[in-house]
Amino acid sequence: MSWSVEERVNTGKLHGLWSLTNRELMKWYKAPFIIFLSLIQPVIWLGLFGKAMNFSAIFSANSFNIPGLSIPKDVLNKISEQIMQNTFGTSDYFSFLSVGMLSFVIVFTAMFSGMSIVWDRRFGFLDKVLSTPVSRSVIVIGKVLSSVFRSLLQAAIILVVAILLGMNYGSITALGIAGTFAGLFLMTFGLSAFFLMLALRATDWQSQVAIMNLINLPLLFGSNALFPSKFMPNWLQTFVSINPITYGTDIGRQLLLGSPGFAPLGFDFLYLAVFAFVFASIGIIMSWRFLTK
Amino acid sequence: MRKIIEVKGLTKVFNDRLKAVDNVTFDVYEGEVFGFLGPNGAGKTTTIKMLTTLLKPTSGTATVCGFDIAKQANKVRASIGVVPQEYTADEDMTGYENIMFCASLYGIPKDVAKRRADELLQLVGLKDSANKKVMNYSGGMRRRLELACGLINHPRLLFLDEPTLGLDVQTRAAVWEYIRKLKNDYGMTLFMTTHYLEEADSICDRIAIIDHGKIIKVGTPQELKSSIGGDVIEVGVLEKEPDLSQMIMNISYVKEVKRLDGYYRIKSDSGEQAAPAIIDLIRSRGYHVTRISLSKPSLDQVYLEYTGRNLRDEQADSSDILAQRFTLRRARA
Ligand SMILES: Nc1ncnc2c1ncn2[C@@H]1O[C@H](COP(=O)(O)OP(=O)(O)OP(=O)(O)O)[C@@H](O)[C@H]1O
Ligand SMILES: [Mg+2]
Repeated sequence: MSWSVEERVNTGKLHGLWSLTNRELMKWYKAPFIIFLSLIQPVIWLGLFGKAMNFSAIFSANSFNIPGLSIPKDVLNKISEQIMQNTFGTSDYFSFLSVGMLSFVIVFTAMFSGMSIVWDRRFGFLDKVLSTPVSRSVIVIGKVLSSVFRSLLQAAIILVVAILLGMNYGSITALGIAGTFAGLFLMTFGLSAFFLMLALRATDWQSQVAIMNLINLPLLFGSNALFPSKFMPNWLQTFVSINPITYGTDIGRQLLLGSPGFAPLGFDFLYLAVFAFVFASIGIIMSWRFLTK
Repeated sequence: MRKIIEVKGLTKVFNDRLKAVDNVTFDVYEGEVFGFLGPNGAGKTTTIKMLTTLLKPTSGTATVCGFDIAKQANKVRASIGVVPQEYTADEDMTGYENIMFCASLYGIPKDVAKRRADELLQLVGLKDSANKKVMNYSGGMRRRLELACGLINHPRLLFLDEPTLGLDVQTRAAVWEYIRKLKNDYGMTLFMTTHYLEEADSICDRIAIIDHGKIIKVGTPQELKSSIGGDVIEVGVLEKEPDLSQMIMNISYVKEVKRLDGYYRIKSDSGEQAAPAIIDLIRSRGYHVTRISLSKPSLDQVYLEYTGRNLRDEQADSSDILAQRFTLRRARA
């Protein structure tokens, strides 16, 4: 008795990609509770931060009056509205922040794409995958794709929650949503590849967590996700203008809220596309060299 | 016999200091079970990782199934199966899902994969647990699942790194059974590493003893044993005279005869074959055999002789390592 060594074998460059992607997604849709858990943090941020910083109320006639001057109420309200429009591009901070939170969840989810490869290495799983003829770049792309799926789904849920909590949805259109998510897709693709790249050779997750914590807050605060950049000091504005999160958020602000843009839409997309392409390429090239020691 | 693995001067240096594998040269022939025997840290896993393209050699070359491990790594990977030392299955998936996952990494179409998965789960006796999560598997079940995954591409050559580490006696015997079956029924070549002397002795056709990254001795278990002196037969003969030494010496497989008080101490390459012949000869000349004993040198002695270490001490260590691995896995769950 002898078994057939070879029947039909798919030796295409991309074989195994779906299995690798699906393996990670499976952990997730098999335990929907995890999706819920990972959304608690951004929802709390959105609720606390977005509702607490009620900038429009600060300037409105009920809370603001200058002694000795009698300014008519509707003048004050008009001024307040103008200030909000000028600063945030929309009538309330909550709506402004809601779009920023989409970027927030994406940064945090993408960050974990790096963690998962560290775990896989730790538990020998990566060695198993590496000992099969699956292409090295497919291993990296599979991780990136699963992270992309996850973060886009999370962002979609956050958007719904934000609308339920009172985000201004007057100017939302189907096309606007599609465009926003196309932008977020490019952003999360690039970010996932970036975090994965940092983790390609890492063997311990502590240092990985440290790196992530070092990067994530500057990345978020150094963008227009939480606060408009035009009042930031110059050096910070320079950083904001190279930070891809700025452009991902900018697309959402323009398309969902109808705010004036940080940059023209076309430039936002172009910048993100280049960012995604560059980091995915670096990730793939590094995977050829560094997955095998 | 055709060579399926050819290794020349393979060396791996870690961190510019530690020579884990030191200028190793050997061949493995098609259809044999080749064993790497050595203590902890001898360089067994490192050698396997280089041959299975998981590590790049610092220097030296090797071909596996006719492909160069450095230049044709993907072809090597497609033609071999690997059962690593650690458990590598995904804990959150079922046994069946794990096998199907492996199949897709080899690019095996779904229908073929399903057929093979059923066949392999049957072979390793995991049919009933196929739809349980691996998290709930025992050590033996995990090991058998790894074996099934390693066979999914129907490789000509299978690498097994310590296939029975940490298994109980029965499960170990079952794994040996599969290994023999793969060799005999499917004509597969197996390259395995082990700590266990009985294991190497009973299932390997040839053994390489490795220590400190160097191969110290290669041969069949029989050759290794005879290399340190062979079997010892002691025969008591009732008649003190005459001296039968010369006569016994002429029997095949007898290497050395010493006449002592009332008995002969005979060294032989193959005690089982020499002993009956000795008895027959003595009787046929009309003398009487009063007693006979046969003692075989164990691989233990061989091992001790060549590595200067006793394996018994090492086995405790390996179960410690295993315990640590379990803890690690728990930490994650
Ligand atoms: N990735 C690595 N980096 C540095 N040193 C390593 C690495 N892998 C192995 N070593 C070292 O190389 C030596 C050989 O290790 P190897 O794992 O090959 O031994 P082994 O014979 O398989 O041992 P065991 O029986 O414990 O499995 C050891 O001293 C080990 O510490
Ligand atoms: Mg080992």
